[in-house]
Amino acid sequence: MTRLELPALRHEADALWGFAERQFNLVKRYWAWEVLWLFYSLVSVLSIGYLASGLSLAGFSARDFHRTQLYLLVGSLLWSYLSSVFTDVSFAISWERWEGTIEYTFMAPVRRLTHLLGICLFAIVYGLLRSAIVLAIAIPLFKLDLSRSDLLAASAVLAAATVPLVGIGILAAVLPLLSPEKGDQMAMAVQGFLLLVSGVYYPLSVLPGPFQVAGRLSPLTYTLSGIRDCLLNGHHLGDMLPTLGLLLAMGAVLIPGGLVVFGWAEGRAKQLGLLKRSG
Amino acid sequence: MNEKTAVSLSGVAKGFRTWKRGPNGAWWRRRRDLKVALEPLDLNVPAGGVTGIIGPNGSGKSTLIRILGTLLTPDSGSASVFGLDVVAQAPSVRRHINRVSVEASFFKELSCWENMLYAARLYGSADSGARRRVEQLMERLGLPGDTLDRPMKQLSRGQQQKVAIARSFMTTPSLLLLDEPTTGLDPRSKREVQELLRSLRREREVTVLLCTHDLDEAAALSDRVIMLDYGKVLADGTPAELCERFGQPDLEEVFMQLSGRSLAEDEEESE
Repeated sequence: MTRLELPALRHEADALWGFAERQFNLVKRYWAWEVLWLFYSLVSVLSIGYLASGLSLAGFSARDFHRTQLYLLVGSLLWSYLSSVFTDVSFAISWERWEGTIEYTFMAPVRRLTHLLGICLFAIVYGLLRSAIVLAIAIPLFKLDLSRSDLLAASAVLAAATVPLVGIGILAAVLPLLSPEKGDQMAMAVQGFLLLVSGVYYPLSVLPGPFQVAGRLSPLTYTLSGIRDCLLNGHHLGDMLPTLGLLLAMGAVLIPGGLVVFGWAEGRAKQLGLLKRSG
Repeated sequence: MNEKTAVSLSGVAKGFRTWKRGPNGAWWRRRRDLKVALEPLDLNVPAGGVTGIIGPNGSGKSTLIRILGTLLTPDSGSASVFGLDVVAQAPSVRRHINRVSVEASFFKELSCWENMLYAARLYGSADSGARRRVEQLMERLGLPGDTLDRPMKQLSRGQQQKVAIARSFMTTPSLLLLDEPTTGLDPRSKREVQELLRSLRREREVTVLLCTHDLDEAAALSDRVIMLDYGKVLADGTPAELCERFGQPDLEEVFMQLSGRSLAEDEEESE
């Protein structure tokens, strides 16, 4: 990678802001859709919370009811956040194709890292905001007891998880480039697989061996178990250092790896003529 | 006369592979077809002036523009823009070019200004004077004062195309790729866009590649015309030279003589 001079760096920073600003403007214009998605996230999380309530009423062990409920709610809330980031990033490329702006963006004199980081960073900030709204509604509704939780440590895990999440986001953005017609469906399938193997609603140990291996390779697994340890088991920042290190290391592999794969997919799209609107 | 070369192509060829099912074949059986978009093409365009690339739909005009715009990789040969290879030095090439395509590429729900600001940020021209510069360009284009803050979807196609041209000039490109900028516009919008191109050309140091199947437009705006058909160059010269060389009164007749087809019919079909 060539060294960037200050004006070039300023240009890249401006372009990064430009991508994030564009996403914000689109969200603003499609606010009604955003309200619907927020509603969908909210009811998904609430239904999982009520599932825990239902299980206790149905005669299943009520001894650890609050713990079970918090366990499931953490999974549901985090999954809602992670999947929204995943969807937003992969959809950003499909959206450009749909609008007919994809060629304009790919012709711009901007590094692909800047382009993808701009989209990922907006998706992460926006995903956090949406999740915070859902959490603010869920806490009083389920009378969640977070008195023994270390919220600072949980936030640190979430912040560290952002790094590999950017890498996964870049990989997600590859799918609509590979197939203009089926890219979105492919992204949904990958998302579903991550849901299956990342321990969102159950510990990894209940899965068959090969799925456990896949789960151990997913940064979402460590994000979820780390945050659960902080919220349910009262683990502190010091206890989380290995998890934080692991998440950052995964990000250090996933971001450059994602860029390499994206570069290959972009080259393939240019070879096959897949960048134009009609595909 | 500036002798610097803006565009250089040497043996550039491009084809697209598609999977097709035979008329009576089983649903899972598909054969691979190759559609040749550009036969090996050699071309040099000196810096400055307007070069018209004319030909019917499927003649390879847009493929050529996309290769120069770093959006397509040629299958063979090499292409360069101001001495920079469009594949190996794509990021550097992108600093010199901009493109206006037949479909105005905008986020339709965003306002004209939001689209302009996005472009300005990508091209490093989003300083404090950007809004004023855009307003001046819009004024010159004869667009109403409130256009800048209206969503793109509320503008007519002619207005959108004018905004696309304004956007391309905002980024001060050295090579402007115009891919059928007036196709589908009503006659009045067409004339306005053509007049805008003339005046901007007078004022700025820019090389223009104008793809069109409107031969009157090509004759009126171009210093040089290259006729393409089925990915091959049929003729190359100034409009007057071509008419003289083939003993025809206009470019339409020249194209008819060389290809046996009429471009005017093709234009009507595409519109």
